[in-house]
Amino acid sequence: MKAPAFDYVRPSDLDGALALRARYGDAAQYLAGGQSLMPSLHFRVASPRLLIDINRIGSLRGIERRGDFVRIGALARHAEVEASEIVRADLPLIAEAVRHVAHPAIRSRGTFGGSLALADPAAELPACAVALGAEIVVAGQGGMRRVAARDFFRGLFETALAPGEIVVEAMIPRQEARQRSAFLELSPRRGDFATVGVACQADLEGDKVSALRLVVFGSEPYPRVARRAQAAAEGARLAPELGAPVAEALEGDLEPMANAQGSAAFKRHLAAVLARRAIERMAA
Amino acid sequence: MLDPASSAIQSKAPFGQSVPRANAARLVAGRGRFTDDVLAPRMVHLAFLRSPIAHGRLRALDAGRAAAMPGVVRVVTGADLAGKFHPFKTVLAHLPHHLSPVQPLLAADEVTWQGEPIAAVAAESRALAEDAVEAIEIEWEALPAVGNPEAALARGAPAAHSTLASNLVFAARFGSGDVDAASAGAAHIVEQRFDFSRLAGVPLEPRSILADYDPAAGTLTVHQSHQSPHLMQLLFARHLGLPAHKVRVIAPDVGGAFGIKLHAYGDEMAAAAISVLLGRPVKYVADRLEAFQSDCHARECIVEGRLAVDRDGRLLALSADVLLGIGPYSIYPRSSLGDGLHAATLPGAAYDLAAFRGDLRVAAQNKVPTGAFRGIGQPLACVVAELLLDRAAAALAIDPAEMRRHNYLKPGQFPAVSKGGLKMNSLSLEPCLDKLLALMDYERLRHEQTELRVRGVHRGIGLATFVEQTAPGAGLYGPGAIPVTSQDCCILRVEPSGAVRCEVGCTDQGQGTATGIAQIVAATLGIPLEDVAVATGDSAGAIGGGAWASRGLSIAGEAAYRAATALRANLLDLAAALLQCRAAELDISGGAVVSAPGGEARMSLAELCATAHFRQDLLPPGIEPVLVASAHFTPRRDPYFVANGIQASHLEIDIETGWIKLLGHWVVEDCGHAVNPMLVDEQIRGGVVQGLGAALFERCLYDREGQLLTSNLADYLVPMAAEMPDIVVAHVTTPQPGTALGVKGVGEAGTIGASAAVWCAVHDALRPFGARPERQPFTPDVILAALGRVPSEDKSIVT
Amino acid sequence: MTTIETEPGAEFDIACMVNGRAVRARVAVRQHLVDFLRERLGLAGSRLGCEHGSCGACTVRVDGVPVRGCLMLAIQADGAAIETVEGLTESGEIADLQAAFVARNALQCGFCTAGVLVTASELLRGEIPSTDVARAAVRDFLSGNFCRCTGYHAIVDAVCMTLEGRRAGARPAEGTGLCHA
Repeated sequence: MKAPAFDYVRPSDLDGALALRARYGDAAQYLAGGQSLMPSLHFRVASPRLLIDINRIGSLRGIERRGDFVRIGALARHAEVEASEIVRADLPLIAEAVRHVAHPAIRSRGTFGGSLALADPAAELPACAVALGAEIVVAGQGGMRRVAARDFFRGLFETALAPGEIVVEAMIPRQEARQRSAFLELSPRRGDFATVGVACQADLEGDKVSALRLVVFGSEPYPRVARRAQAAAEGARLAPELGAPVAEALEGDLEPMANAQGSAAFKRHLAAVLARRAIERMAA
Repeated sequence: MLDPASSAIQSKAPFGQSVPRANAARLVAGRGRFTDDVLAPRMVHLAFLRSPIAHGRLRALDAGRAAAMPGVVRVVTGADLAGKFHPFKTVLAHLPHHLSPVQPLLAADEVTWQGEPIAAVAAESRALAEDAVEAIEIEWEALPAVGNPEAALARGAPAAHSTLASNLVFAARFGSGDVDAASAGAAHIVEQRFDFSRLAGVPLEPRSILADYDPAAGTLTVHQSHQSPHLMQLLFARHLGLPAHKVRVIAPDVGGAFGIKLHAYGDEMAAAAISVLLGRPVKYVADRLEAFQSDCHARECIVEGRLAVDRDGRLLALSADVLLGIGPYSIYPRSSLGDGLHAATLPGAAYDLAAFRGDLRVAAQNKVPTGAFRGIGQPLACVVAELLLDRAAAALAIDPAEMRRHNYLKPGQFPAVSKGGLKMNSLSLEPCLDKLLALMDYERLRHEQTELRVRGVHRGIGLATFVEQTAPGAGLYGPGAIPVTSQDCCILRVEPSGAVRCEVGCTDQGQGTATGIAQIVAATLGIPLEDVAVATGDSAGAIGGGAWASRGLSIAGEAAYRAATALRANLLDLAAALLQCRAAELDISGGAVVSAPGGEARMSLAELCATAHFRQDLLPPGIEPVLVASAHFTPRRDPYFVANGIQASHLEIDIETGWIKLLGHWVVEDCGHAVNPMLVDEQIRGGVVQGLGAALFERCLYDREGQLLTSNLADYLVPMAAEMPDIVVAHVTTPQPGTALGVKGVGEAGTIGASAAVWCAVHDALRPFGARPERQPFTPDVILAALGRVPSEDKSIVT
Repeated sequence: MTTIETEPGAEFDIACMVNGRAVRARVAVRQHLVDFLRERLGLAGSRLGCEHGSCGACTVRVDGVPVRGCLMLAIQADGAAIETVEGLTESGEIADLQAAFVARNALQCGFCTAGVLVTASELLRGEIPSTDVARAAVRDFLSGNFCRCTGYHAIVDAVCMTLEGRRAGARPAEGTGLCHA
């Protein structure tokens, strides 16, 4: 399965990349970690005329604290996120989720920004970005702009990125003492894409939930913010018993996709189980 | 009864020792030499255009643009090969009513499965060949495709191949005793449907071939990732119109095979044909997509099983209605019947049944042709019998272990022929059961299961007894007039140094057969293990059958023992002549000629052999050294060697999600003597995991149009390390009679019992809920549907 | 700015280190790293089982971390340090691991072995898991390496044996690789 012929260019800065993309249009594709793009080339389901390798663009790298936020650069490899003390301390949801992303050799190359830009429905990090209220910074020829994560993922493999735009970084609020988070995923085998997953974060006032962000992924075309489920938790005491009403309310939030792994009813059922377990875990 | 020679050899190291494989050191250093590593000057690379549809007629093919593309040497179509090279036609002489259409090497008219090769591009690189394949234009007329065995046999079903009047390509009834009479008055009748998924073997090294035809010499030399170089030598000769002695097939290191690389494939034969056409070496390496779409599949089978028991739990009668789903062609040359034949004859072989009936129907479909995959139907037979037995045990509130013990054939009943026709010398059924129960601490696990159920934790324990056919003789393929030999030859040649070169006809894809052979030769001759070099995998070497049906060490090992015995006698005769004593007063030990009773060294083997090679002038008149010894072996006394064993699976099911966690797995295997216990155990473990994969993960999924939906390793789920349990292995030993070594085959044992152990464990776990999943693999949706937590699966996708 | 940064092309020169030796080559941009290693440098130890990143047979070490060699373009290795199973053998870095594999028969056909060794070598370089969790940690770490032959048990044994040895302070001696180029 050899890739079709293409040309290759390796800009050293963001402006260079954007200029190249503008010059060559839709026939050009950005190459970051390559862990999704390369398979599609080898299967010959994608045949870009030009690959713009952005791996050398320094401004896209890094993980650091910026006040109340953690900045994760688009080129931060999953392995770096996994090893990061900052992520472990300030973004426990992501620290947990990134361990589920594929396998070590894939995590060496796959990037945070790439995962967001591809928006695979079964990917872990987009759901976490939404659950944590992240802001995604993108750059285009017209300049930089910020998109809230909950507005970034629009459809199946569809994001708010305009043609040619590149994800630059994500700004993610640091988790506070009054917050809890839980990440659960069911996948056929370790490292596989999620059949169904739940990423959630609860804001507490005392022992009561003042706000819940609960995102279902894997079974939905894009990270699904479960509004009814969230509403069911608001004002309630964070206790294991909250799991059942949240799971029940979830029913109306979901539009799962049937596929080879199972029917929509199957996916709904699993999402409800995971939502209940997520609440139980946060309450523990 | 132990053969005296056999006990003698066992006392000699390294027989029975867990020595590491000679091959292993270079493999861990990255110095494996697989077919794709073999290079030839002016080699061209092949890529194939494969049918995008499951069934149709090719109306037009235009390769003009493709032929003109960079690096392209030639584009070859079915029309180019037809008339020059012979197509395949699978015929079983003893089962003439098994229908299989003529199979072209490259389809030229009718395409009958998605993935069937249509045209080949030979180019300077694989990438350039693939570029050109994309430029070939084809027009086709789609024909109705049939993709489900039951639908294939329904009235009015479209024919999978235009020359088939019906998709029912084989039917037969097996068994003896009157099932209906034996079942009359049964206290319980258990009925169970078994829906087995279509599997892919997935050896990690794809099928690979480098065919090199030299037009000046009229010779064809083929390097091929294959289990049977000798078979392929004959087939290349036959189909390419070459004299067999001018064809040589070499299997270098082979990266896994498991039966998949036992067959003749049209694309590989086409590669060799193209080498003949071009007069240049032609290399073809299947990629993973092609592997799923063209490597033989296996096991697609629906079984309706029925078991009658009396109120004391004695088995009365067992019947199995087997519907096997194959491809449009029966795989060449062995046929695709194997899975069905075993599934319809072997269930319940371990048990004292009054009657057995197996009804087999085989349906052609527009899917990848099916062939051998480790265990061939025996895993299915095991599931059928063991689950039916468990269900009967549950209905009578009898513990499953005791149910088995109660019904096993007893030692006094051997030798026995099962009601399905399996001839068995003797089996160690109860000793294996006892050993297993102790090994796994069965009582403790049952107690734990009961306690944990109260707390909502649902574990299952499943036992699976199995009886397997190994090392078949000529009775398997001979009557079918299929040119597969069941005999193996060993040729030994002693070097001046006293080291021995050994050629055998069996092949080694990682099992370690070559090391086992070296151990036998070294032990029999009395020389150090490192002084034996074993070569396998060359059709120009010793004659043999290659690797299949767990035959390697049990057959080739006997040949090696005989050859080594003969060589030893030659050497001792020589030594006696030089030392002027009788051969009976001498022995060889530790690489030296020694006195037979005392053991003191008389001369080094090196000295003896150097003399034999270079100083015949020192020998007494009339003595001619014979430095080569060869011997053959084929099972004649018994048609095959029957082995037995038992496995257990311990698992936990999350009944909210349907996810299954394997907690443990045990095997007690009786494969006779073990030449190398470590290699035996690792064969068992590897086989177990393939069975676990089938039970929990693996399936080839097709849509209604006959498109294969699982054609990469992200969609076809093979077992990986995190989901697999540790596997405890122990043995009982019943030597194979009529052989010097007492060795039975073991390569497939792990696979044969593992799925059944899981089936039984899953049903055991779910029994309190009355849930009886009947479809393998037991994916979470299947479990939840059985529990009634979600509706049964959406049928828009058809397997 | 060099040409590769601004002018797209179908082939470029690269300079990299492979198993400690400097390599300069002109590569077709579409060729992936493993094909480059195998076909241009004759390093056949890294193998292809799927070419889509799922099987792990292609795993090599790039700039000190394991990567899927089939998912990296050779052109992307420009300026990088690559180590293959041949290099790890030559340096003796994993001699104890390789010896354990041989002793325990943690390989059968050998096709997956290089990828398993490169991946496992990463585990040996990190914090050694404690004995009670080692087996699970090893299974987890190797969960992306497909082996069809062994069923993994022997591989886990061999890696754990090696971890045990490293924990006890044993280190493979320099140059005690099984084979030397």
